[in-house]
Amino acid sequence: MKNATITVSLLALALGAGCSKQEPQKAADKGKAVPAAAAAVEVKIGHVGPLTGGIAHLGKDNENGARLAVEEANAKKPQIDGKEVKFVFIGEDDQADPKVGTTVAQKLVDAKVVGVVGHLNSGTSIPASPIYSQAGIPVISGSATNPKLTEQGFKTQFRVVGRDDQQGPAIAQYLAENNKPKTVAVIDDATAYGEGIANEVEKTLKAAKVSVLPREKGTDKTTDWKAILTKLRGRKPDAVFYGGMDATGGPLIKQGRELGIKAVFAFGDGACTDEMAKLAGASAEGLLCSQAGLPVEAADKKFLEAYKKRFNADPILYSPFTYDATNILIAAMEKANSSDPAKYLPEVAKIDFNGVTGKIAFDEKGDRKDAEMTIFTMKGGKITPVAVIKSGKTTKWEEFMKR
Amino acid sequence: MDTLLQQLVNGLTAGSVYAVVALGYTMVYGIIQLINFAHGEVVMIGAMVAFSIINLLVPSGLPPLVIVLIGTGCAVPICMLVGYAMERLAYRPLRHAPRLAPLITAIGVSIILQHLAMLVWSRNVLAFPQIIQSRTYFFGGAAITSVQIAILAICLALMAGLAILVYRTPLGTAMRATAQNAQVAGLMGIDINRVIAITFVIGAGLGAIAGVLFGTYYGIAQYTMGSVLGLKAFSAAVLGGIGNIPGAMLGGVLLGLVEALGAGYIGDFTDLCTWGLPLAACEAGGHFILMGSNYQDVFAFIVLILVLVLRPQGLLGERVGDRA
Repeated sequence: MKNATITVSLLALALGAGCSKQEPQKAADKGKAVPAAAAAVEVKIGHVGPLTGGIAHLGKDNENGARLAVEEANAKKPQIDGKEVKFVFIGEDDQADPKVGTTVAQKLVDAKVVGVVGHLNSGTSIPASPIYSQAGIPVISGSATNPKLTEQGFKTQFRVVGRDDQQGPAIAQYLAENNKPKTVAVIDDATAYGEGIANEVEKTLKAAKVSVLPREKGTDKTTDWKAILTKLRGRKPDAVFYGGMDATGGPLIKQGRELGIKAVFAFGDGACTDEMAKLAGASAEGLLCSQAGLPVEAADKKFLEAYKKRFNADPILYSPFTYDATNILIAAMEKANSSDPAKYLPEVAKIDFNGVTGKIAFDEKGDRKDAEMTIFTMKGGKITPVAVIKSGKTTKWEEFMKR
Repeated sequence: MDTLLQQLVNGLTAGSVYAVVALGYTMVYGIIQLINFAHGEVVMIGAMVAFSIINLLVPSGLPPLVIVLIGTGCAVPICMLVGYAMERLAYRPLRHAPRLAPLITAIGVSIILQHLAMLVWSRNVLAFPQIIQSRTYFFGGAAITSVQIAILAICLALMAGLAILVYRTPLGTAMRATAQNAQVAGLMGIDINRVIAITFVIGAGLGAIAGVLFGTYYGIAQYTMGSVLGLKAFSAAVLGGIGNIPGAMLGGVLLGLVEALGAGYIGDFTDLCTWGLPLAACEAGGHFILMGSNYQDVFAFIVLILVLVLRPQGLLGERVGDRA
């Protein structure tokens, strides 16, 4: 009996390989005609990220993670509702452009994908999310960190990476625990991002009984920070936090050191880049900064090896997350025993999954519960992880890697 | 006291760069009554060219100072060329047109230069290579870096050099004569076109140096950096009396000081809690600050408005009825 199933499904696979558009339909009909025999049904999973433009390498990395998950799943000859299925991977390019993002989302909906992994950017994910929501297709982002993405109330939107507003508390907590400052100066660049993260930092520091100086503000184009820094120098803070991007954060720390400020400088992910070392030179050494999620080397070893073997390159940034996101879609389908988005969507929402980035479960908004935040320091011109913060608990990087 | 002294040092450094840029505005205005709004972009191009050359030379292992000098040495002639081309192609054909036409052209030239720079050097903020290890010295609690000292010295030398050129050489005499009355100067045998072109070229050369100074001081360069810098320098020129060379120098330094002191103290002055108002935010040592130091850039323009309202001819300018 079992042998017969395998033979028929292999036959169907061979037929399907010739002309993928029509054969599966016939194969499915055959499956009906011949009772107790299954046929490979095609289940389409989409992935969206920028494959052209300035961050194309990150988009390709994300896509590789999802592709690897699909290929591994297919190798196991998965069965859903008694029928063998073949997952078909559709990779789309949104050029990191919100307008293209919505076009591509509609294209995937029209192609009848049952689930989407992506997009890479918050800027493209947010406008695309209502399109998926309307079509009832679950979408899991592995890298979009803007809080707004899951605040829109769409039941179909999930993410396996942390949110920006979990980052502020994390870096503030690390600063308070590790550097034990008495007084902290908080500066922001008067943008939604900068002000938001600075507010979270201030809240967490005040809760930790650290005194915070009155907020200083620049703009996202400020180049001369000396007036602000001179004023702060007179008040002798032990640490300075800046909510803003690297283009303004680099000059900030450089000018701070020139003025002889010895305080620790801390930043959010906008200024958590190697670019800081170029902009500020030696002044950038020793800065602290945070990123949502985990550095790629923290992912499961098996994944890192499989990725390297398949793509002949090392994972760059978020591919472990898109790998997990894809596996969650597949696991939910298997659990619901259906590839119908309406039927397996509830399974995604209540999934309890052990991925290569750790344990994954979603809260009611679709955000990952207990997402990790990583704290970095600048060492020899490169940002280097020093600690991981998860649900308010700090783990030193070396210990975290031993787990 | 430390803080005040430091703010003065900061203001003086920024102000002397403004002064050198302001010279470019004031020289051109003095000679043909044109506000060359594209001057800020010339400064930007100076910084960008130096950026490219320095980046190119860093791997060569030459001493950092030599690299920066070569970078400046390339930026100056290129900017002079841009200045000359600008005058020859955009302004000379319009010399006898109504006032408004060259003014609008200046804005057009500025947009063109900005976008050309965007095509060449991308939209990104470029990190100026940090090759000069700046040492910090302390004087009575105020920190001053070797780069700041160099900027002050270079700006002072440029201003002195220009003053000698304008007031002590035959070329300077020709420039002043053209400024007073171009037609009569022409009748006296002065080649007006040449004098005007030279004025543009000198202004552009000064702008190029200012661009390099700005880039090394702040460590960044971007294709948009010229517009705000240009507007501030223009305000400085107006403050000192546009068309007046010592006025531009004074205006630049004053503007830098006003900005530094303004940004440094506005937060304290507009903190309603220090005024003793019974606000909820003030409880437990809280603050309610109306205007923070992000209003730094506003001061240059407040100064511009105040000057135009109260003393349109500027600090050192003479009241001239027929010149706006």
